[in-house]
Amino acid sequence: MKIHWPKGAVPGRVVVVCGVLCLVLTMACGAADPKGRAVLRLATTTSTRDSGLLEVLVPLFEDQEHCRVDVVAVGTGAALRLGEGGDAEAVLVHAEAAELQFMDSGFGVRREPVMYNRFVLLGPPDDPAHVARLRAASALRRIAEGRFRFVSRGDDSGTHKREQYFWEQVGGRPRWPDYVESGRGMGATLIMADELDAYVLSDEGTWRRMAERLSLREIVVEGEEMRNPYSVMVVAPDRTGRDRRLADLFADFLISEKAQRLIQDFTVGGRHLFHPLRLKR
Amino acid sequence: MDLIAHGLCEAGRLIASGDALVFAAAGRSLAISVAAVLVAGALAVPLGVFLADKAFPGRALLVLTLRGGMGMPTVLVGLLGFALFSRRGPLGGLDLLYTPEAVAICETLLAFPIVVSWTHAAVSGLDPRYAETSRTLGARSLRRRWTLAKEVRLSLVLALLTAFARCFSELGIAMMVGGNIKHRTRTLATATALETSRGEFARGLAMSLILLVIALLVALVAAALTRVREREAR
Repeated sequence: MKIHWPKGAVPGRVVVVCGVLCLVLTMACGAADPKGRAVLRLATTTSTRDSGLLEVLVPLFEDQEHCRVDVVAVGTGAALRLGEGGDAEAVLVHAEAAELQFMDSGFGVRREPVMYNRFVLLGPPDDPAHVARLRAASALRRIAEGRFRFVSRGDDSGTHKREQYFWEQVGGRPRWPDYVESGRGMGATLIMADELDAYVLSDEGTWRRMAERLSLREIVVEGEEMRNPYSVMVVAPDRTGRDRRLADLFADFLISEKAQRLIQDFTVGGRHLFHPLRLKR
Repeated sequence: MDLIAHGLCEAGRLIASGDALVFAAAGRSLAISVAAVLVAGALAVPLGVFLADKAFPGRALLVLTLRGGMGMPTVLVGLLGFALFSRRGPLGGLDLLYTPEAVAICETLLAFPIVVSWTHAAVSGLDPRYAETSRTLGARSLRRRWTLAKEVRLSLVLALLTAFARCFSELGIAMMVGGNIKHRTRTLATATALETSRGEFARGLAMSLILLVIALLVALVAAALTRVREREAR
């Protein structure tokens, strides 16, 4: 079928105005800030955004350096990919092995450990596997041996990587039908564990934020291996094609006394969530 | 551009290697949406014909509401489904949350207004003489409506296809009610979302390409079927 455009249906003027509008919109939405501030693109994990910590730190940095920070909160894997592809100038994630690999591959030019929070093993209130007094890895083994329900993130996130590390510690993960992989974010996975009365490994921040609505309880919290360290990395300028100055300033800021104190004082529901790593005592 | 080329290659590789997870997800997506569309169709087509054929007070409002329902956000349906099937919800006892059945039920809700609205529009658009003729010929209302439905069968196929497309590609319900559980409720759409959040962009792209190809195949099969029917009718 041939389409006949009626002549004069769309006046030239309209076309021009639309074109100009599109151009203006593209420019406004692009990297340039309408107020002429420099823009830092930060790729980070959902846990930092969802806890509310970034909302405390980022505005302060923006004021201090007179810039704008665009925060893209995705999974750790995706955040690293954004950095690798040069779509972010700075990356704030929690996955030590992957971070070191990122640096070794030359995608990052600077890495600064900033803070840590903790992982918690949660489970049904009656703890049917009786693992409350164990360390995380042994607890997981006993859950597997008893074939209790366990919900895994299954998404290569920092939390999933830690779970896999625990399984390696006990000689690999046995297969059993009630081991469920959600492939979703921490919040959705916690809801699933709650619905299914299952055990689940979580970061403390997301757990605290949602604890009120869930019937799960903390089963294992102790142990050095439950530490969850976050680092900021400056992405190599040859990846981003941009100046690394702002990303460096952001890294400086995060490990500055001022930001470290804010991290220490940050609470959710009256509990401290993040522990600074660079505070001089 | 590199990413798109990569995605195409990955899609080819996944199909060629018969990747079990991808094929299982595709089969699940297909089964869930087909079930949803069939159930929705069985209920919605008669209702659509009825709405076009029979005048009653409040009909216009009902038709309008159903048309509005075509734009129902899948996340909203997903949330409603979750509220219903959750352990603390009214249907929690059925233990349906995080099952393909629950996804199919919610997708039926998604498909229903689409099929009703399209059927209603198609039948309303028929020459009024059809109904009159069959009425004067003494056809009882049920029989008459069957004739009307047969008259617009091409539109009905299109209505079902549209509903299928919506169900097949939707993400909100499959995530909320299905839960994206590996080997159980992971569909092509939720697998795509997972790969994307993982940073496996090429794999994500490959999965949505496979989704697109299947949608195309379904449309082709439907077209072939209606064609055969048309020829037989002549």
